[in-house]
Amino acid sequence: MKIAVCIKQVPTREWQPRLNEARTWIREQDASYELNEPDAYALEEALRLREKHGGEVVVCAAGPARVQQVIREALARGADRAIHVEDDSLASADASVTSAALASAMGDERFDLVLTGLQSDDHGHAQVGVMLAERLQMPHSTIIMEVQIEASTGSGQAGRLRVKRELEGGWFQWIGMPLPALLTIQSGINQLRYATLKGIMAAKKKEIRKAPLPGGLTPSQQIVSLALPMRSKQTHMIGGPPSEAARDLVRRLREEARAL
Amino acid sequence: MILVVAEQRDGILNRATWETLAAAQALAGDMPVKAVIFGQSVGTAAQEIAPAASDVVVVEHAALGTYTPDGFAIALQQVAISLKPAFVLLPHTYQTRDFAPLAALRMGAALITDVTGINGTGTAATFSRPMFQGKLSADVRPHGNGPVCVSIQIGAFRADAVKRGDAAAITRLDVNIDPSAIRQSPEAPFKEAKQAVDLGQAERIVAVGRGIKSQENIAVAERLASAIGAEIAASRPICDSGWLPMDRQIGSSGQTVAPKLYLALGISGAIQHLVGMKGSRTIVAINKDADAPIFEVADYGIVGDLFEIVPAILSELEKG
Repeated sequence: MKIAVCIKQVPTREWQPRLNEARTWIREQDASYELNEPDAYALEEALRLREKHGGEVVVCAAGPARVQQVIREALARGADRAIHVEDDSLASADASVTSAALASAMGDERFDLVLTGLQSDDHGHAQVGVMLAERLQMPHSTIIMEVQIEASTGSGQAGRLRVKRELEGGWFQWIGMPLPALLTIQSGINQLRYATLKGIMAAKKKEIRKAPLPGGLTPSQQIVSLALPMRSKQTHMIGGPPSEAARDLVRRLREEARAL
Repeated sequence: MILVVAEQRDGILNRATWETLAAAQALAGDMPVKAVIFGQSVGTAAQEIAPAASDVVVVEHAALGTYTPDGFAIALQQVAISLKPAFVLLPHTYQTRDFAPLAALRMGAALITDVTGINGTGTAATFSRPMFQGKLSADVRPHGNGPVCVSIQIGAFRADAVKRGDAAAITRLDVNIDPSAIRQSPEAPFKEAKQAVDLGQAERIVAVGRGIKSQENIAVAERLASAIGAEIAASRPICDSGWLPMDRQIGSSGQTVAPKLYLALGISGAIQHLVGMKGSRTIVAINKDADAPIFEVADYGIVGDLFEIVPAILSELEKG
Protein backbone atom coordinates (compact mmCIF):
# COMPACT_ATOMS: atom_id res chain seq x y z
CA MET A 1 0.00 0.00 0.00
CA LYS A 2 1.47 3.30 -1.10
CA ILE A 3 0.28 6.10 1.15
CA ALA A 4 0.89 9.83 0.75
CA VAL A 5 0.49 12.28 3.63
CA CYS A 6 0.27 15.98 2.82
CA ILE A 7 1.74 18.15 5.54
CA LYS A 8 1.98 21.89 6.08
CA GLN A 9 4.24 24.04 8.19
CA VAL A 10 2.32 26.71 10.12
CA PRO A 11 3.18 29.35 12.75
CA THR A 12 3.26 27.95 16.30
CA ARG A 13 0.31 28.42 18.64
CA GLU A 14 2.38 30.77 20.80
CA TRP A 15 3.22 33.05 17.85
CA GLN A 16 2.06 36.65 18.25
CA PRO A 17 0.90 37.92 14.87
CA ARG A 18 2.77 40.79 13.25
CA LEU A 19 1.94 42.14 9.80
CA ASN A 20 4.11 43.24 6.91
CA GLU A 21 4.08 46.93 5.95
CA ALA A 22 1.45 46.48 3.26
CA ARG A 23 -0.73 44.62 5.82
CA THR A 24 -1.38 41.88 3.28
CA TRP A 25 0.64 39.11 4.96
CA ILE A 26 2.44 38.32 8.17
CA ARG A 27 6.07 39.16 8.90
CA GLU A 28 7.35 35.68 8.26
CA GLN A 29 10.76 36.42 9.75
CA ASP A 30 9.13 36.95 13.18
CA ALA A 31 7.27 33.65 13.17
CA SER A 32 8.42 30.30 14.49
CA TYR A 33 6.89 27.29 12.83
CA GLU A 34 5.60 23.80 13.55
CA LEU A 35 3.75 20.93 11.90
CA ASN A 36 0.06 21.71 11.31
CA GLU A 37 -1.68 19.71 14.05
CA PRO A 38 -4.34 17.89 11.99
CA ASP A 39 -1.54 16.84 9.58
CA ALA A 40 0.30 15.21 12.48
CA TYR A 41 -2.77 13.01 13.03
CA ALA A 42 -2.89 12.22 9.29
CA LEU A 43 0.77 11.18 9.42
CA GLU A 44 0.19 9.01 12.47
CA GLU A 45 -2.75 7.31 10.76
CA ALA A 46 -0.61 6.61 7.68
CA LEU A 47 2.14 5.08 9.85
CA ARG A 48 -0.42 2.86 11.60
CA LEU A 49 -1.89 1.72 8.25
CA ARG A 50 1.61 0.88 7.02
CA GLU A 51 2.26 -1.16 10.17
CA LYS A 52 -0.95 -3.10 9.54
CA HIS A 53 -0.93 -3.48 5.76
CA GLY A 54 2.70 -2.92 4.75
CA GLY A 55 3.89 -0.52 2.08
CA GLU A 56 5.32 2.94 2.06
CA VAL A 57 4.51 6.36 3.56
CA VAL A 58 5.55 9.41 1.53
CA VAL A 59 5.17 12.91 3.00
CA CYS A 60 4.31 15.64 0.50
CA ALA A 61 4.59 19.36 1.18
CA ALA A 62 4.27 22.55 -0.85
CA GLY A 63 6.01 25.59 0.58
CA PRO A 64 9.21 27.62 0.92
CA ALA A 65 12.59 26.12 1.87
CA ARG A 66 11.83 26.44 5.61
CA VAL A 67 9.23 23.67 5.24
CA GLN A 68 12.14 21.18 5.34
CA GLN A 69 11.93 21.44 9.14
CA VAL A 70 8.55 19.69 9.31
CA ILE A 71 9.45 17.29 6.49
CA ARG A 72 12.47 16.12 8.53
CA GLU A 73 10.24 15.81 11.58
CA ALA A 74 7.77 13.63 9.65
CA LEU A 75 10.63 11.47 8.36
CA ALA A 76 11.92 11.17 11.93
CA ARG A 77 8.52 9.98 13.09
CA GLY A 78 8.71 7.19 10.51
CA ALA A 79 7.76 8.30 7.00
CA ASP A 80 9.90 6.63 4.32
CA ARG A 81 10.63 9.53 1.98
CA ALA A 82 9.37 12.97 1.00
CA ILE A 83 8.39 15.17 -1.91
CA HIS A 84 8.79 18.93 -1.54
CA VAL A 85 7.33 21.37 -4.05
CA GLU A 86 9.52 24.32 -3.18
CA ASP A 87 8.69 27.94 -3.89
CA ASP A 88 8.57 31.06 -1.72
CA SER A 89 5.21 32.10 -3.16
CA LEU A 90 3.58 28.97 -1.73
CA ALA A 91 3.64 30.40 1.81
CA SER A 92 0.63 32.58 1.03
CA ALA A 93 -0.88 30.53 -1.82
CA ASP A 94 -4.60 29.78 -1.81
CA ALA A 95 -6.11 26.29 -1.85
CA SER A 96 -6.46 26.19 -5.62
CA VAL A 97 -2.74 26.88 -6.17
CA THR A 98 -1.54 24.67 -3.29
CA SER A 99 -3.60 21.70 -4.48
CA ALA A 100 -2.33 22.16 -8.05
CA ALA A 101 1.26 22.38 -6.81
CA LEU A 102 0.89 19.15 -4.81
CA ALA A 103 -0.92 17.35 -7.63
CA SER A 104 1.82 18.22 -10.12
CA ALA A 105 4.41 16.40 -8.02
CA MET A 106 2.17 13.57 -6.77
CA GLY A 107 0.37 12.54 -9.95
CA ASP A 108 3.01 10.15 -11.31
CA GLU A 109 3.45 8.38 -7.98
CA ARG A 110 0.09 6.57 -8.28
CA PHE A 111 -0.67 6.53 -4.58
CA ASP A 112 -3.28 4.09 -3.26
CA LEU A 113 -4.30 6.41 -0.47
CA VAL A 114 -3.71 10.12 0.19
CA LEU A 115 -4.24 11.57 3.68
CA THR A 116 -4.32 15.25 4.64
CA GLY A 117 -5.29 17.12 7.80
CA LEU A 118 -8.84 18.47 7.69
CA GLN A 119 -7.61 22.06 7.52
CA SER A 120 -4.55 24.17 8.20
CA ASP A 121 -4.05 26.30 11.28
CA ASP A 122 -2.85 29.24 9.15
CA HIS A 123 -5.15 29.79 6.15
CA GLY A 124 -7.85 27.43 7.38
CA HIS A 125 -9.51 27.14 3.95
CA ALA A 126 -10.35 23.44 4.48
CA GLN A 127 -10.21 23.01 0.70
CA VAL A 128 -6.80 21.65 -0.33
CA GLY A 129 -7.59 18.00 0.41
CA VAL A 130 -10.84 17.91 -1.55
CA MET A 131 -9.35 19.83 -4.49
CA LEU A 132 -6.30 17.57 -4.52
CA ALA A 133 -8.58 14.52 -4.70
CA GLU A 134 -10.25 15.93 -7.80
CA ARG A 135 -6.92 16.82 -9.41
CA LEU A 136 -5.68 13.26 -8.74
CA GLN A 137 -9.02 11.84 -9.99
CA MET A 138 -9.77 10.19 -6.66
CA PRO A 139 -12.96 9.98 -4.60
CA HIS A 140 -12.71 11.65 -1.20
CA SER A 141 -14.26 11.89 2.19
CA THR A 142 -13.60 14.51 4.87
CA ILE A 143 -13.26 14.84 8.66
CA ILE A 144 -12.44 11.15 9.15
CA MET A 145 -12.21 9.51 12.58
CA GLU A 146 -11.46 5.89 11.60
CA VAL A 147 -10.00 4.17 8.54
CA GLN A 148 -10.61 0.54 7.63
CA ILE A 149 -9.06 -1.01 4.55
CA GLU A 150 -10.96 -3.89 3.03
CA ALA A 151 -8.68 -6.22 1.08
CA SER A 152 -9.12 -6.39 -2.67
CA THR A 153 -11.45 -9.12 -3.85
CA GLY A 154 -9.70 -9.97 -7.09
CA SER A 155 -6.50 -9.41 -8.99
CA GLY A 156 -6.09 -5.98 -10.50
CA GLN A 157 -8.49 -4.47 -7.97
CA ALA A 158 -7.17 -1.88 -5.60
CA GLY A 159 -9.55 -2.75 -2.77
CA ARG A 160 -11.96 -0.57 -0.83
CA LEU A 161 -12.04 1.76 2.11
CA ARG A 162 -14.58 2.02 4.88
CA VAL A 163 -14.20 5.24 6.85
CA LYS A 164 -15.95 6.84 9.78
CA ARG A 165 -16.84 10.43 8.99
CA GLU A 166 -17.62 12.91 11.72
CA LEU A 167 -20.84 14.87 11.32
CA GLU A 168 -21.85 17.75 13.53
CA GLY A 169 -23.23 17.54 17.06
CA GLY A 170 -21.80 14.13 17.97
CA TRP A 171 -23.09 12.23 14.91
CA PHE A 172 -21.01 9.92 12.73
CA GLN A 173 -21.43 7.99 9.51
CA TRP A 174 -19.59 5.12 7.84
CA ILE A 175 -18.77 5.63 4.17
CA GLY A 176 -17.42 3.12 1.67
CA MET A 177 -15.42 3.99 -1.43
CA PRO A 178 -12.96 2.40 -3.83
CA LEU A 179 -9.21 2.90 -3.65
CA PRO A 180 -7.31 4.94 -4.65
CA ALA A 181 -8.93 7.64 -2.51
CA LEU A 182 -8.19 10.76 -0.47
CA LEU A 183 -9.23 11.34 3.13
CA THR A 184 -8.98 14.47 5.27
CA ILE A 185 -8.23 13.42 8.83
CA GLN A 186 -9.75 14.91 11.98
CA SER A 187 -7.57 15.70 15.01
CA GLY A 188 -7.89 13.09 17.73
CA ILE A 189 -8.31 10.08 15.41
CA ASN A 190 -5.34 8.43 17.15
CA GLN A 191 -2.67 9.04 19.77
CA LEU A 192 0.37 10.73 18.28
CA ARG A 193 3.83 9.25 18.49
CA TYR A 194 6.90 11.43 18.71
CA ALA A 195 10.24 11.03 17.03
CA THR A 196 12.83 8.87 18.74
CA LEU A 197 16.54 9.66 18.63
CA LYS A 198 16.95 6.66 16.33
CA GLY A 199 14.23 8.06 14.08
CA ILE A 200 15.88 11.47 13.99
CA MET A 201 19.19 9.90 12.96
CA ALA A 202 17.54 7.72 10.33
CA ALA A 203 15.67 10.72 8.89
CA LYS A 204 18.92 12.38 7.88
CA LYS A 205 19.50 9.71 5.25
CA LYS A 206 15.98 9.64 3.86
CA GLU A 207 15.28 11.04 0.41
CA ILE A 208 13.55 14.41 -0.08
CA ARG A 209 12.69 14.84 -3.74
CA LYS A 210 12.45 18.51 -4.73
CA ALA A 211 9.89 19.44 -7.35
CA PRO A 212 9.46 22.84 -9.01
CA LEU A 213 6.23 24.84 -8.83
CA PRO A 214 4.55 24.52 -12.23
CA GLY A 215 4.09 27.82 -14.05
CA GLY A 216 0.79 29.43 -14.92
CA LEU A 217 -1.09 28.73 -11.68
CA THR A 218 -3.45 31.60 -10.89
CA PRO A 219 -4.98 32.14 -7.45
CA SER A 220 -8.76 32.27 -7.12
CA GLN A 221 -8.65 34.79 -4.29
CA GLN A 222 -6.45 37.53 -2.94
CA ILE A 223 -5.95 38.90 0.55
CA VAL A 224 -6.62 42.65 0.31
CA SER A 225 -5.75 43.31 3.94
CA LEU A 226 -5.05 41.56 7.21
CA ALA A 227 -5.95 42.97 10.62
CA LEU A 228 -6.48 42.01 14.22
CA PRO A 229 -10.10 40.88 14.50
CA MET A 230 -12.74 43.26 15.74
CA ARG A 231 -14.06 42.43 19.16
CA SER A 232 -17.69 41.42 18.93
CA LYS A 233 -18.25 42.35 22.55
CA GLN A 234 -17.09 45.05 24.89
CA THR A 235 -14.76 42.94 27.01
CA HIS A 236 -14.07 44.23 30.49
CA MET A 237 -10.46 43.29 31.19
CA ILE A 238 -9.70 42.83 34.87
CA GLY A 239 -6.11 43.47 35.92
CA GLY A 240 -4.10 43.45 39.11
CA PRO A 241 -2.63 40.63 41.21
CA PRO A 242 -4.62 37.35 41.29
CA SER A 243 -6.36 37.98 44.61
CA GLU A 244 -7.57 41.44 43.56
CA ALA A 245 -8.60 40.27 40.09
CA ALA A 246 -10.51 37.35 41.64
CA ARG A 247 -12.30 39.67 44.07
CA ASP A 248 -13.26 42.08 41.30
CA LEU A 249 -14.45 39.25 39.02
CA VAL A 250 -16.60 37.58 41.69
CA ARG A 251 -18.13 40.94 42.64
CA ARG A 252 -18.95 41.75 38.99
CA LEU A 253 -20.38 38.28 38.34
CA ARG A 254 -22.65 38.71 41.37
CA GLU A 255 -23.65 42.35 41.01
CA GLU A 256 -23.36 43.26 37.31
CA ALA A 257 -23.93 40.00 35.46
CA ARG A 258 -26.02 38.32 38.21
CA ALA A 259 -24.51 35.07 37.03
CA LEU A 260 -23.58 33.69 40.47
CA MET B 1 -28.40 36.87 -8.74
CA ILE B 2 -27.32 35.23 -5.51
CA LEU B 3 -28.02 31.54 -5.05
CA VAL B 4 -28.24 30.22 -1.49
CA VAL B 5 -27.71 26.49 -1.07
CA ALA B 6 -30.16 25.49 1.65
CA GLU B 7 -29.25 22.56 3.88
CA GLN B 8 -32.00 20.29 5.10
CA ARG B 9 -32.27 16.97 6.86
CA ASP B 10 -35.56 15.07 6.76
CA GLY B 11 -37.23 18.14 5.30
CA ILE B 12 -36.08 20.46 8.08
CA LEU B 13 -33.81 23.40 7.27
CA ASN B 14 -30.98 24.01 9.70
CA ARG B 15 -30.36 27.36 11.36
CA ALA B 16 -27.13 27.83 9.39
CA THR B 17 -29.27 28.05 6.23
CA TRP B 18 -31.19 31.02 7.65
CA GLU B 19 -27.95 32.69 8.67
CA THR B 20 -26.68 32.20 5.12
CA LEU B 21 -29.87 33.78 3.76
CA ALA B 22 -29.24 36.78 6.03
CA ALA B 23 -25.71 37.04 4.62
CA ALA B 24 -27.08 36.79 1.06
CA GLN B 25 -29.52 39.63 1.72
CA ALA B 26 -26.66 41.74 3.10
CA LEU B 27 -24.56 41.05 0.00
CA ALA B 28 -27.41 41.39 -2.49
CA GLY B 29 -27.83 45.12 -3.09
CA ASP B 30 -30.27 45.13 -6.02
CA MET B 31 -29.72 41.45 -6.85
CA PRO B 32 -32.44 38.89 -6.25
CA VAL B 33 -31.72 36.09 -3.76
CA LYS B 34 -32.78 32.62 -4.85
CA ALA B 35 -32.60 29.46 -2.76
CA VAL B 36 -31.86 25.98 -4.03
CA ILE B 37 -32.65 22.77 -2.13
CA PHE B 38 -31.13 19.43 -3.07
CA GLY B 39 -32.75 16.17 -2.01
CA GLN B 40 -35.31 13.57 -2.89
CA SER B 41 -38.47 15.00 -1.41
CA VAL B 42 -37.97 18.52 -0.13
CA GLY B 43 -41.34 20.19 -0.66
CA THR B 44 -41.83 21.17 2.99
CA ALA B 45 -38.43 22.80 3.22
CA ALA B 46 -39.14 24.67 -0.02
CA GLN B 47 -42.36 26.10 1.41
CA GLU B 48 -40.62 27.07 4.62
CA ILE B 49 -37.96 29.06 2.81
CA ALA B 50 -40.27 30.61 0.17
CA PRO B 51 -41.04 33.88 2.04
CA ALA B 52 -37.31 34.62 2.41
CA ALA B 53 -36.32 34.25 -1.26
CA SER B 54 -37.33 35.66 -4.63
CA ASP B 55 -37.39 32.16 -6.08
CA VAL B 56 -37.05 28.67 -4.65
CA VAL B 57 -35.48 26.06 -6.88
CA VAL B 58 -36.14 22.47 -5.95
CA VAL B 59 -33.68 19.90 -7.28
CA GLU B 60 -35.02 16.44 -6.57
CA HIS B 61 -33.27 13.27 -7.70
CA ALA B 62 -32.99 9.73 -6.35
CA ALA B 63 -29.21 10.19 -6.19
CA LEU B 64 -29.61 13.23 -3.91
CA GLY B 65 -31.82 11.57 -1.29
CA THR B 66 -28.75 10.59 0.70
CA TYR B 67 -25.96 13.14 0.75
CA THR B 68 -22.72 12.30 -1.07
CA PRO B 69 -20.03 14.83 -2.07
CA ASP B 70 -20.01 13.54 -5.65
CA GLY B 71 -23.80 13.79 -6.03
CA PHE B 72 -24.07 17.27 -4.54
CA ALA B 73 -21.07 18.61 -6.50
CA ILE B 74 -22.58 17.40 -9.79
CA ALA B 75 -25.98 18.86 -8.89
CA LEU B 76 -24.59 22.26 -7.84
CA GLN B 77 -22.48 22.53 -10.98
CA GLN B 78 -25.47 21.81 -13.23
CA VAL B 79 -27.68 24.26 -11.34
CA ALA B 80 -25.00 26.96 -11.61
CA ILE B 81 -24.67 26.41 -15.36
CA SER B 82 -28.41 26.72 -15.78
CA LEU B 83 -29.09 29.67 -13.43
CA LYS B 84 -25.78 31.57 -13.83
CA PRO B 85 -25.66 33.09 -10.35
CA ALA B 86 -23.05 35.79 -9.62
CA PHE B 87 -22.62 34.31 -6.13
CA VAL B 88 -23.31 30.94 -4.53
CA LEU B 89 -23.64 31.20 -0.74
CA LEU B 90 -23.49 28.12 1.48
CA PRO B 91 -23.49 27.57 5.24
CA HIS B 92 -19.98 26.59 6.41
CA THR B 93 -21.08 23.19 7.70
CA TYR B 94 -19.29 19.85 7.57
CA GLN B 95 -21.43 19.01 4.54
CA THR B 96 -20.42 22.15 2.65
CA ARG B 97 -16.76 21.53 3.52
CA ASP B 98 -17.16 18.06 2.03
CA PHE B 99 -18.53 18.98 -1.41
CA ALA B 100 -18.14 22.73 -2.09
CA PRO B 101 -14.38 22.63 -2.89
CA LEU B 102 -15.05 19.91 -5.47
CA ALA B 103 -17.93 21.84 -7.06
CA ALA B 104 -15.95 25.11 -7.06
CA LEU B 105 -12.91 23.52 -8.69
CA ARG B 106 -15.04 21.94 -11.41
CA MET B 107 -16.77 25.28 -12.05
CA GLY B 108 -13.44 27.12 -12.12
CA ALA B 109 -14.90 29.29 -9.37
CA ALA B 110 -13.37 30.96 -6.34
CA LEU B 111 -14.45 29.50 -3.00
CA ILE B 112 -14.05 31.75 0.02
CA THR B 113 -14.73 29.75 3.17
CA ASP B 114 -15.70 30.48 6.77
CA VAL B 115 -16.77 34.06 6.02
CA THR B 116 -17.70 36.22 9.03
CA GLY B 117 -18.41 39.54 7.33
CA ILE B 118 -19.31 41.08 3.98
CA ASN B 119 -17.97 44.52 3.10
CA GLY B 120 -19.97 46.27 0.37
CA THR B 121 -22.57 44.78 -1.91
CA GLY B 122 -22.60 42.90 -5.20
CA THR B 123 -19.48 42.42 -7.25
CA ALA B 124 -17.67 45.21 -5.38
CA ALA B 125 -17.87 43.25 -2.11
CA THR B 126 -14.93 41.83 -0.21
CA PHE B 127 -15.25 39.09 2.38
CA SER B 128 -13.82 38.85 5.90
CA ARG B 129 -12.62 35.50 7.16
CA PRO B 130 -10.52 34.39 10.12
CA MET B 131 -6.95 33.25 9.57
CA PHE B 132 -4.26 31.86 11.85
CA GLN B 133 -6.78 30.28 14.21
CA GLY B 134 -8.68 33.54 14.55
CA LYS B 135 -5.62 35.58 15.55
CA LEU B 136 -6.07 37.67 12.38
CA SER B 137 -8.95 38.55 10.12
CA ALA B 138 -8.38 38.74 6.36
CA ASP B 139 -10.30 40.83 3.89
CA VAL B 140 -10.48 38.73 0.70
CA ARG B 141 -11.36 39.52 -2.90
CA PRO B 142 -12.30 36.72 -5.32
CA HIS B 143 -10.69 36.28 -8.75
CA GLY B 144 -11.62 34.39 -11.87
CA ASN B 145 -14.71 33.46 -13.78
CA GLY B 146 -17.73 31.52 -12.75
CA PRO B 147 -19.88 32.18 -9.73
CA VAL B 148 -18.08 33.31 -6.59
CA CYS B 149 -18.73 30.66 -3.94
CA VAL B 150 -18.79 31.81 -0.33
CA SER B 151 -19.38 29.72 2.79
CA ILE B 152 -20.75 31.59 5.80
CA GLN B 153 -19.46 30.84 9.28
CA ILE B 154 -22.02 29.46 11.74
CA GLY B 155 -23.29 32.23 14.00
CA ALA B 156 -21.72 35.09 12.00
CA PHE B 157 -25.07 36.39 10.71
CA ARG B 158 -28.36 36.47 12.58
CA ALA B 159 -31.02 34.02 11.46
CA ASP B 160 -33.73 36.33 12.85
CA ALA B 161 -32.46 39.17 10.63
CA VAL B 162 -33.75 37.45 7.47
CA LYS B 163 -36.22 39.74 5.69
CA ARG B 164 -39.41 38.02 4.61
CA GLY B 165 -42.00 38.93 2.02
CA ASP B 166 -44.63 37.13 -0.01
CA ALA B 167 -43.93 33.46 -0.57
CA ALA B 168 -41.81 33.04 -3.69
CA ALA B 169 -42.67 30.72 -6.54
CA ILE B 170 -41.27 27.22 -6.21
CA THR B 171 -39.81 25.89 -9.42
CA ARG B 172 -38.28 22.53 -10.25
CA LEU B 173 -34.99 22.03 -12.00
CA ASP B 174 -33.93 18.67 -13.39
CA VAL B 175 -30.38 17.46 -13.05
CA ASN B 176 -28.69 14.58 -14.78
CA ILE B 177 -26.76 12.36 -12.40
CA ASP B 178 -25.19 9.13 -13.60
CA PRO B 179 -25.28 6.85 -10.53
CA SER B 180 -21.84 5.47 -11.42
CA ALA B 181 -20.38 8.99 -11.02
CA ILE B 182 -21.11 8.74 -7.28
CA ARG B 183 -18.14 6.95 -5.78
CA GLN B 184 -19.03 7.13 -2.09
CA SER B 185 -21.56 4.73 -0.51
CA PRO B 186 -22.73 6.19 2.79
CA GLU B 187 -24.34 4.23 5.62
CA ALA B 188 -26.93 5.65 8.02
CA PRO B 189 -25.72 8.33 10.48
CA PHE B 190 -25.46 7.25 14.12
CA LYS B 191 -24.55 8.62 17.54
CA GLU B 192 -21.49 7.06 19.14
CA ALA B 193 -22.81 6.57 22.65
CA LYS B 194 -25.78 7.73 24.58
CA GLN B 195 -24.88 11.17 25.79
CA ALA B 196 -24.46 10.91 29.53
CA VAL B 197 -24.65 14.62 30.05
CA ASP B 198 -26.71 17.25 28.26
CA LEU B 199 -24.58 20.35 28.69
CA GLY B 200 -27.27 22.33 26.86
CA GLN B 201 -29.30 22.25 30.07
CA ALA B 202 -26.52 23.52 32.34
CA GLU B 203 -26.96 26.97 33.90
CA ARG B 204 -23.24 27.39 34.40
CA ILE B 205 -20.28 25.76 32.71
CA VAL B 206 -16.59 25.72 33.60
CA ALA B 207 -14.65 24.73 30.48
CA VAL B 208 -10.97 23.88 30.22
CA GLY B 209 -8.59 24.05 27.27
CA ARG B 210 -4.95 23.30 26.50
CA GLY B 211 -3.87 25.76 29.21
CA ILE B 212 -4.83 23.21 31.87
CA LYS B 213 -1.68 21.35 30.79
CA SER B 214 -2.33 17.92 32.37
CA GLN B 215 -5.13 15.58 33.31
CA GLU B 216 -4.33 15.95 37.03
CA ASN B 217 -4.88 19.70 36.79
CA ILE B 218 -8.49 19.25 35.74
CA ALA B 219 -9.23 18.85 39.47
CA VAL B 220 -8.55 22.60 39.80
CA ALA B 221 -11.37 23.35 37.37
CA GLU B 222 -13.65 20.75 38.97
CA ARG B 223 -13.30 22.43 42.36
CA LEU B 224 -14.38 25.73 40.81
CA ALA B 225 -17.26 24.03 39.01
CA SER B 226 -18.63 22.44 42.17
CA ALA B 227 -18.24 25.73 44.09
CA ILE B 228 -20.51 27.58 41.65
CA GLY B 229 -22.82 24.70 40.70
CA ALA B 230 -21.44 24.33 37.18
CA GLU B 231 -20.92 21.44 34.81
CA ILE B 232 -17.36 20.75 33.67
CA ALA B 233 -16.67 20.85 29.94
CA ALA B 234 -13.70 21.16 27.59
CA SER B 235 -12.40 22.18 24.20
CA ARG B 236 -11.65 19.49 21.65
CA PRO B 237 -7.92 18.87 22.38
CA ILE B 238 -8.72 17.96 25.99
CA CYS B 239 -11.25 15.30 24.92
CA ASP B 240 -8.92 14.10 22.13
CA SER B 241 -6.30 13.46 24.82
CA GLY B 242 -8.83 11.50 26.83
CA TRP B 243 -8.57 13.83 29.83
CA LEU B 244 -12.36 14.31 29.81
CA PRO B 245 -14.95 12.16 28.04
CA MET B 246 -16.05 13.16 24.53
CA ASP B 247 -19.55 14.04 25.71
CA ARG B 248 -18.05 16.96 27.65
CA GLN B 249 -16.79 18.60 24.47
CA ILE B 250 -18.08 22.04 23.46
CA GLY B 251 -17.83 23.15 19.83
CA SER B 252 -18.73 22.31 16.28
CA SER B 253 -18.00 18.61 16.73
CA GLY B 254 -19.43 18.51 20.25
CA GLN B 255 -22.27 20.24 22.04
CA THR B 256 -23.58 23.77 21.51
CA VAL B 257 -24.42 25.56 24.73
CA ALA B 258 -25.74 28.93 25.88
CA PRO B 259 -25.63 28.91 29.69
CA LYS B 260 -26.06 31.86 32.02
CA LEU B 261 -22.32 31.74 32.81
CA TYR B 262 -19.48 30.24 30.79
CA LEU B 263 -16.05 30.27 32.41
CA ALA B 264 -13.27 29.46 29.93
CA LEU B 265 -10.01 28.41 31.59
CA GLY B 266 -6.93 28.21 29.36
CA ILE B 267 -9.03 28.07 26.19
CA SER B 268 -7.53 30.03 23.31
CA GLY B 269 -10.83 30.20 21.43
CA ALA B 270 -10.40 28.49 18.08
CA ILE B 271 -13.47 29.13 15.98
CA GLN B 272 -14.52 25.48 16.25
CA HIS B 273 -14.88 26.08 19.99
CA LEU B 274 -16.41 29.55 19.79
CA VAL B 275 -19.32 28.43 17.61
CA GLY B 276 -20.35 26.09 20.43
CA MET B 277 -20.45 28.66 23.23
CA LYS B 278 -20.54 32.25 22.02
CA GLY B 279 -24.29 32.45 22.64
CA SER B 280 -23.66 32.17 26.40
CA ARG B 281 -25.09 35.08 28.38
CA THR B 282 -21.97 35.93 30.35
CA ILE B 283 -18.56 34.70 29.27
CA VAL B 284 -15.45 34.87 31.44
CA ALA B 285 -12.06 34.10 29.89
CA ILE B 286 -8.91 33.42 31.87
CA ASN B 287 -5.86 32.94 29.67
CA LYS B 288 -2.13 33.64 29.72
CA ASP B 289 -2.15 34.96 26.15
CA ALA B 290 -3.64 38.48 25.93
CA ASP B 291 -4.17 37.99 22.17
CA ALA B 292 -6.16 34.77 22.53
CA PRO B 293 -9.32 34.99 20.38
CA ILE B 294 -11.44 33.87 23.38
CA PHE B 295 -11.20 37.45 24.70
CA GLU B 296 -13.09 38.67 21.62
CA VAL B 297 -16.27 36.98 22.81
CA ALA B 298 -15.68 37.40 26.56
CA ASP B 299 -17.59 39.82 28.78
CA TYR B 300 -14.89 39.63 31.44
CA GLY B 301 -11.28 38.76 30.81
CA ILE B 302 -8.30 38.12 33.04
CA VAL B 303 -4.86 37.77 31.47
CA GLY B 304 -2.83 35.57 33.76
CA ASP B 305 -1.99 32.16 35.14
CA LEU B 306 -5.15 30.16 35.74
CA PHE B 307 -3.37 28.17 38.46
CA GLU B 308 -3.03 31.38 40.48
CA ILE B 309 -6.36 32.95 39.57
CA VAL B 310 -8.71 29.97 40.02
CA PRO B 311 -7.60 29.30 43.64
CA ALA B 312 -7.99 33.03 44.31
CA ILE B 313 -11.55 32.90 42.93
CA LEU B 314 -12.28 29.86 45.13
CA SER B 315 -11.14 31.61 48.29
CA GLU B 316 -13.12 34.70 47.30
CA LEU B 317 -16.25 32.55 46.85
CA GLU B 318 -15.74 30.96 50.27
CA LYS B 319 -15.89 34.43 51.86
CA GLY B 320 -19.50 34.50 50.67
